[in-house]
Amino acid sequence: MKNSLLALENVSITFGKKLAVDRLNLEIHAGERVALVGESGSGKTVTALSILRLLSHAKIDGSIRLQGEDLLQKPISELRTIRGADVAMIFQEPMSALNPLYTIGNQVIETLILHEGLNPKQAREKTIHLFERTGIREPERRVDSFPHQLSGGQRQRAMIAMALACRPKLLIADEPTTALDTTIRARIVKLLLDLQQEEGMAVLLITHDLNLVRRFAQRVAVMENGKLVESGDTETLYNNPQHPYTVKLLNSLPSRHIAPITKDAPILLETKQLRVEYPKKLPGWRGLFRSGRFIALAGADVSLREGETIGVVGESGSGKSTLAQAILSLVAVKSGGLDFEGIPLAQRSKRERRALRARLQVVFQDPFGALSPRQTVGQIVGEGLGLHFPELSNTERHAKIVDVLAEVGLPSSALNSYPHEFSGGQRQRIAIARTLVLAPRVLILDEPTSALDVSIQNQVLQLLVRLQKKYGLSYVLISHDLSVVNALAHRLYVMHDGEIVEMGDTEAVIANPQHPYTQRLVSASL
Amino acid sequence: MSIPAEPHSTPLLAGIDPLPKSQPANISHDHVSPSRRIWLRFKRQRLGYWSLIIFLSVYGLSLAGELISNEKPLVVYYQGHWYFPLINQYQESVFGGDLPVLADYNDPFIRGQFDKPGNFAIYPPNPYYYDTLCYFSSSTHNPGPPSRDNWLGTDTSGYDITARLIYGFRISVSFALGLTLVGTVLGILIGSVQGYFGGKVDLFTQRLIEVWGSMPELYLLIIFASIFQQSFTMLFILLALFGWVHLSDYVRAEFLRNRQLEYVKAARALGLSHGQIIWRHILPNSLTPVITFLPFRMSAGIMALASVDFLGLGVGGQSPSLGRLVLQGKENLDAWWISLSSFGVLVLTILLLTFMGEALRNAMDARIDGQRTD
Repeated sequence: MKNSLLALENVSITFGKKLAVDRLNLEIHAGERVALVGESGSGKTVTALSILRLLSHAKIDGSIRLQGEDLLQKPISELRTIRGADVAMIFQEPMSALNPLYTIGNQVIETLILHEGLNPKQAREKTIHLFERTGIREPERRVDSFPHQLSGGQRQRAMIAMALACRPKLLIADEPTTALDTTIRARIVKLLLDLQQEEGMAVLLITHDLNLVRRFAQRVAVMENGKLVESGDTETLYNNPQHPYTVKLLNSLPSRHIAPITKDAPILLETKQLRVEYPKKLPGWRGLFRSGRFIALAGADVSLREGETIGVVGESGSGKSTLAQAILSLVAVKSGGLDFEGIPLAQRSKRERRALRARLQVVFQDPFGALSPRQTVGQIVGEGLGLHFPELSNTERHAKIVDVLAEVGLPSSALNSYPHEFSGGQRQRIAIARTLVLAPRVLILDEPTSALDVSIQNQVLQLLVRLQKKYGLSYVLISHDLSVVNALAHRLYVMHDGEIVEMGDTEAVIANPQHPYTQRLVSASL
Repeated sequence: MSIPAEPHSTPLLAGIDPLPKSQPANISHDHVSPSRRIWLRFKRQRLGYWSLIIFLSVYGLSLAGELISNEKPLVVYYQGHWYFPLINQYQESVFGGDLPVLADYNDPFIRGQFDKPGNFAIYPPNPYYYDTLCYFSSSTHNPGPPSRDNWLGTDTSGYDITARLIYGFRISVSFALGLTLVGTVLGILIGSVQGYFGGKVDLFTQRLIEVWGSMPELYLLIIFASIFQQSFTMLFILLALFGWVHLSDYVRAEFLRNRQLEYVKAARALGLSHGQIIWRHILPNSLTPVITFLPFRMSAGIMALASVDFLGLGVGGQSPSLGRLVLQGKENLDAWWISLSSFGVLVLTILLLTFMGEALRNAMDARIDGQRTD
């Protein structure tokens, strides 16, 4: 056993009767970068939390040795000196992991005073230095900022600074980049890499992002259903995976499989200088008298042909979801117009517009929030039918619902189930079924796979492709993930700060990005 | 060894291929709706569940109060004829009396007539109605202490306290039920409109509510009591007008939260109207505070009626009232049986309702049994 820093031996974790982690063995050497990969529910986060015994109501068996000492045998008081000092953690959501009532500087200073015994003045100086190293701009000023005053990437940097404050030997990073935009993700990963090399600490990276693993880790451990199924060097494992689950995981990176569209396909949907503004409170006394404007969408021109998929990419706040909602008339449009099936929306009557909703449907990102928890699947899917096709008899309606459930890969026995009985991927199928049953022509997919695990994500993408071929559907695919868009979209629109900065054939844009933002995006994700 | 299946959060078809060929048939058969799960969780709270059962049975019994506590016999068999004094009124002369007045069935003479061979009468367990004056009972003065004739004694006017309590409980609970119902409907109505539409509607209504809420309820009651002949309807309307404010705040907050969720957006994208979205989508998901508050609103209603009566602002006359009994108890401290019994009934009622509310709150909290509800 050469200088093993952390050794987990036969660790089993149970919650009540539920076994979350089953006899896991994992070893991390000093200065090593190890990734723990798995889908949600595989027990990877639970494993990470168990190292510092941060789990409540859990029973941990086996042994967790940090430099030879079993952490499970130590009293909590002794553990506190290890938490934050020898082993530090950074979390997925930097907004909720930072205390909103303290400045970020205060939160680092507190750690330094507690563990390093510095006086407040020294601690403050050291904090500024740490912020500088983690790439926070204007660290002297930012020290006194509150978490909500920082952007997501800056917050994550502050979290990292906090974790590094006591020069830990082991840094546990639990999905450190999942909540961040793609371009920021790349920068955080680079920062972690640099810091790891400078400090010589070991990093345990917990993630489901296989691209990230490949770029970051030296060794990978794959978890499935609480068991460690495979581990090995990153290159070996990627090139020659042994366990079928690893193979499945690696194959689930979305691949491009799209059907070409016919040349004379009519244009179904066209937006003309679509503009959306929100009122914004002006700073100072001016805010009392008039409100400013926040331009969420600054004149978007988008066109969609029959059977085509257009991808809209951009980071959060770029206006891509606003575009979707404006197309669906879910937000008030300031100016500009929208033609659907060749007729401007403004020329249609209210009744026509309501009928039109059947042909222009939407699938949302969050499969948990998009289904009303108190309706059965049958009610959810049948609701639109009752509204748009009231002439159907009960048996006809039932038959249609069963058909469409089969189409998305759900058995008819799902009819009387409630959403909570389904997994994320299945819920997304239900959401797709709800739209499909109305025989739409255009489907707006607002981040349809962002909340799903990679292998499930691929299944849903394949389902979408199959449905497009079968019914000649047109998709507006909104995503922050270039690989998802690349898998599905014929053409690509890149959005930045409410504007469309680049558009063109997907492959051409990705191969040869023109706008600096697109270039950053492409280099960050591939 | 694999992870044992957890009933509700286990993916049913995790990792199936998109084609519906290989469907496992082991989809769970009990599709428990969220509301049913709340009920099941409620049933597991023994204290609250039994409180509900006891409360409902006591209220059920008090609704059938005429069969339990009444001066009139349920059935009389007199000289070969059947009589039903509960339904029909009979004169004393029918039962061999001399005077053409309505029969007083507690009169020893009438009782003597029924005791003659061949006749019989079945009396309710407590032979007093709430306004029966106990001329013939053993107590020599009013208020009279508990005795064989008057189990809990008589009050200052010579009414039987047991009967007063049974009917007082019935009126209190019915009044509170009505108050809760009206308050809940109004609260949901106003709160949902505020929360769903938000913006200016919300702003304006909220100001109205603030103005309304700052009106002094008690003074209004006093003023109205001095102008008009106080009646239950008047009292009910006045209390109901103020009862919804508290609840509408909660409903509004729930609506503000729920309308942001994507299933509401999805419903709008389907083309549903505002009314349909409110009624079918948001309302069922916003009822947690409403239901949790029901028992507490009930007890608040009971206490409101009791305190209004206690202050002498309530309905006068002979109607039985827990509040007035408490007042009598306060004025006649030596007649301990008045305060003890009336106070006991009030405390027990409120206690049962509180236990129910407590259990309901726990039942609404999905974390209790560690199941995901989302």
